[in-house]
Amino acid sequence: MRGRIGHILTSVALVVFPALAESLMQHAGKIAPHRANPYAGNERAREAGQKLFDENCGSCHGEAGKGNGRAKTPPLTTRFVHDADPGALFWVLRNGSPSHSMPSFQHLPEAQRWQIITYLQSLGEEQK
Amino acid sequence: MIESRSALLLAMLIGCAFRALAGESPFFVTYTDRLEEPGNLEIESKNATGRPADSGRFIGSALEFEYGLRGWWTTEVYLDGQATSGDSTIFTGFRFENRFRLTRQAHWINPVLYVEFEDINGADKSLLEVVGHDTEADLAVPNAIARQEKQRELETKLLFGSYWRGWNFSENIIVEKNLAHAPWEFGYAVGVSRPLALEARPDRCAFCRENFTAGVEMYGGLGDTSLLQLRDTSHCVGPVVDWNVAKGVDVKMSPSFGITGTSAPLLLRFGISYEISQFARKLRGRQ
Repeated sequence: MRGRIGHILTSVALVVFPALAESLMQHAGKIAPHRANPYAGNERAREAGQKLFDENCGSCHGEAGKGNGRAKTPPLTTRFVHDADPGALFWVLRNGSPSHSMPSFQHLPEAQRWQIITYLQSLGEEQK
Repeated sequence: MIESRSALLLAMLIGCAFRALAGESPFFVTYTDRLEEPGNLEIESKNATGRPADSGRFIGSALEFEYGLRGWWTTEVYLDGQATSGDSTIFTGFRFENRFRLTRQAHWINPVLYVEFEDINGADKSLLEVVGHDTEADLAVPNAIARQEKQRELETKLLFGSYWRGWNFSENIIVEKNLAHAPWEFGYAVGVSRPLALEARPDRCAFCRENFTAGVEMYGGLGDTSLLQLRDTSHCVGPVVDWNVAKGVDVKMSPSFGITGTSAPLLLRFGISYEISQFARKLRGRQ
């Protein structure tokens, strides 16, 4: 019985959590201006972004952005994040979202936010 | 004996620093607009030492527990104490503060509301703010006399923070009221800082330039409602530096110089902080 409930909860989480990330990203996609990532395809920037992600984001979004089982901190390994406009991701990092318990990372220098985005958009590549 | 105890304490602090590991604000008095991440607990020790005229050297300490309740709400408790050479070592009280982000999105200037209740006594020397007509002479009063004065105060601040090309500009307006008596007191604190490098390196390193933030901080009193003037007010200015030793651990330092005759001529401030990510989840044993 307990296993069945676990299965149901896991199934619900798999559908609901990415949807939460999508709702914030969808909102950002509508209002954020298009911006090109100055580090796109830069391997050093991706590695630096991974380090920054571990230090600033990993405690909520889980190791390698796989999520930590909480609704408000969804996994970031989805195609939705991978294919998002970099400007939308930049908007989310700059503004955060109080209603999603997502803090603003405006205090990080712009270069470091772009390094994090470079890493984030590399996460979903295996799934494509 | 006292020196060997101090050396042991310093060694313990450094030991703690290297055991664990988020770039923090380098300031001691000025607040930035940054709030604690939800679920994270930061434990910080802020200290100030100086030698006022006609008194022994003192060290005032505040042990701070800061918790991110929501993305827009951070709450904190401070425990204050001080030791004065040739006098005594005493607990001076506590502070309970809350900071609220006032806007949903980031702007050029980001406002945060700060509300604090403090129950401390007149012997407190943690110097977390300077308001009204606070002067160096207040620091020279013997502990047995100073601690008789109760300071149950409501303190509000409007914090402003802005960012431009890696630079942080922070401005605080302070209004404080002793709930028992005394007029409203006013103060200010401003600071500007920048990391030494804006890009992060791919490798993990303690001494990378990106781990250091340097700047300048200035703070002081602006009088009170009974005497709203700058005469007999203290104003201090000094460089600040913060070193993000490792993930979650920061060490910071600042010599602070008095720029008016009634200010403490020199204060040395130092602090160490340790941030525990997702504290509540760890308590529940869910990593």
